[in-house]
Amino acid sequence: MAFAAFATAEALPQAPKRRSRIALFLLLPGILYLVLFFLTPLVSLVLTSLQAPSEFGDIGQYDYAFNWQNYVAVVEAYLPHILRSFGYALVATVLALLFSYPLAYFIGVKARRWPLLQSLMLVLVIAPFFISFLLRTLAWKQILSDESFIITSLKALSLMAPDGHFTGTPFAVIFGLTYNFIPFMTLPLYSTLERLDTRYLEAGSDLYANAFTVFRKITIPLSMPGIVAGTLLTFIPAAGDYINASRDFLGGPDTQMMGNVIEANFLVLQNYPAAAALSIILMAVILVFVGVYVKRSGTEDLL
Amino acid sequence: MSGEVQAAAVLGGLAEGEQLEDRRPPRRPRDRRIGLGDWLLPAYAVIAFVFLLIPIAYTFVFSFNDSIKSNIAWRGFTLDKWLNVCNVEGGAVCEAFGNSIVIGLVATVVATALGTMIAIALVRYRFRARSSISLLLFLPMATPEVVLGAGLAAQFLAVGVPKDMTTIILAHTMFCISFVVVTVKARVASLDPALEEAGRDLYGSPAQVFWRITFPLLTPGILAAALLSFALSFDDFIITNFNSGSVSTFPKYIYISASRGIPAEANVIASAVFLFALILVIVAQVSRAARAKRLAKLG
Repeated sequence: MAFAAFATAEALPQAPKRRSRIALFLLLPGILYLVLFFLTPLVSLVLTSLQAPSEFGDIGQYDYAFNWQNYVAVVEAYLPHILRSFGYALVATVLALLFSYPLAYFIGVKARRWPLLQSLMLVLVIAPFFISFLLRTLAWKQILSDESFIITSLKALSLMAPDGHFTGTPFAVIFGLTYNFIPFMTLPLYSTLERLDTRYLEAGSDLYANAFTVFRKITIPLSMPGIVAGTLLTFIPAAGDYINASRDFLGGPDTQMMGNVIEANFLVLQNYPAAAALSIILMAVILVFVGVYVKRSGTEDLL
Repeated sequence: MSGEVQAAAVLGGLAEGEQLEDRRPPRRPRDRRIGLGDWLLPAYAVIAFVFLLIPIAYTFVFSFNDSIKSNIAWRGFTLDKWLNVCNVEGGAVCEAFGNSIVIGLVATVVATALGTMIAIALVRYRFRARSSISLLLFLPMATPEVVLGAGLAAQFLAVGVPKDMTTIILAHTMFCISFVVVTVKARVASLDPALEEAGRDLYGSPAQVFWRITFPLLTPGILAAALLSFALSFDDFIITNFNSGSVSTFPKYIYISASRGIPAEANVIASAVFLFALILVIVAQVSRAARAKRLAKLG
């Protein structure tokens, strides 16, 4: 697990650690790079979010200021987008969990006897990574368009209103988010379930617990690290995504998320302070969410 | 992100460690009737895989479509698009593809070098500010791409750097470093320090010990990290979109053409990349399985 990876290495037996100037030489270039291209941009973003328009400047010209009103203004203007981002991301995360858990359980527990099959199934799980993110989203757009076989059949069966659409609706956006981030959910789930000791499950049933109780009291708690990691890995990119919600992809005018507004404000309207303020809000909410979630699910050692 | 890291592990069959050996006692035959669960889960898995593969199959099939401009309705089978990939729109698809390859290669080399150095330092040395450094490495993975992209763009704007190929490479290197660290670190941690000690005992200089012992042992992890970096860079759209100016990359080309219709040639390139990656992974998996079998035979 990535989240665990930073913690686990310390636990392994290692050569006695040395203090040395070599460590500085090894760390310095990379750390300097991250300070320059990750940390200072975040600072720039905070500074930009507080800028005020230049008095005599053109559109897109701003001066450094302490204009915290920007935050009030973007929340007022874009509250629906903010709520949509986190709402869609939450639903997509839950759906991805429901989809992935049985699949990961099958690959990690049931298929243990056939290692080659297990690895080939893992290849299938990550296969969507190998084809362009944008193209696979567009493929769904075509497959689920109004003239497509699936939608026309649903209409013929009266399961959908004759003038109904799928693409352009919130359902389509949530569907796309779920599909695109399923591998991020399945892989961490698989890696905890793969290590699940099935003797605990046998012990549970020997003690007369039924299959459901065994699942609820043993399997779920033991796979909690995978659930937490998968949830974070799905929720974070889903909340910031703007491809699925974009009008040219699965979204419509009423499905725009924070990412769409950030993009529009930054790259089209040149309203940099608004884009920066929204980015800061997005990041702050996600960090709070990560902190609270990890604490409550009792897997603090993940970080 | 652990998903990506595991993707890399699967990718090469290369990353840290070998498969866990099976410590469980042999299965007792239990007399129970074939339950619901015995076919329900496999059936579900089959349906789930079909679902996951639908858009891939669609993209692949439509790379053979005899389309004129937009590639929406099926107009008949042709190999034409595969044979003349670069003939559309003055080669715009191929130019974007070439840019993506160059950006991916440069960003991968730089990120892999920087990340590997950090990974070695984290496992092997003691130093102050360790937890702050871990946090600094973790945060880029927990930050939404749109924030990373907008942040860098705001910085380039403030400093007055024009956006071009260089800014894309700088951005891609940044988000690849953390993934390299995570992937390589696992490999460094699983390395037996006694091997290097033996090298030193035999009067190897520090440089000799590193290049003759440490580096070859780390190679699988480094390769997996490099593959992962390249894959991340090649498919990145959001960060690229904020920092590319007028330079086109393959994902950006698709984004821009999405409103007027994607030519089938884009499907050709995506399908070719997909097949290449798939073959690479399957070969690596099968050879790993063969190696494990050989090792098992040796006892």
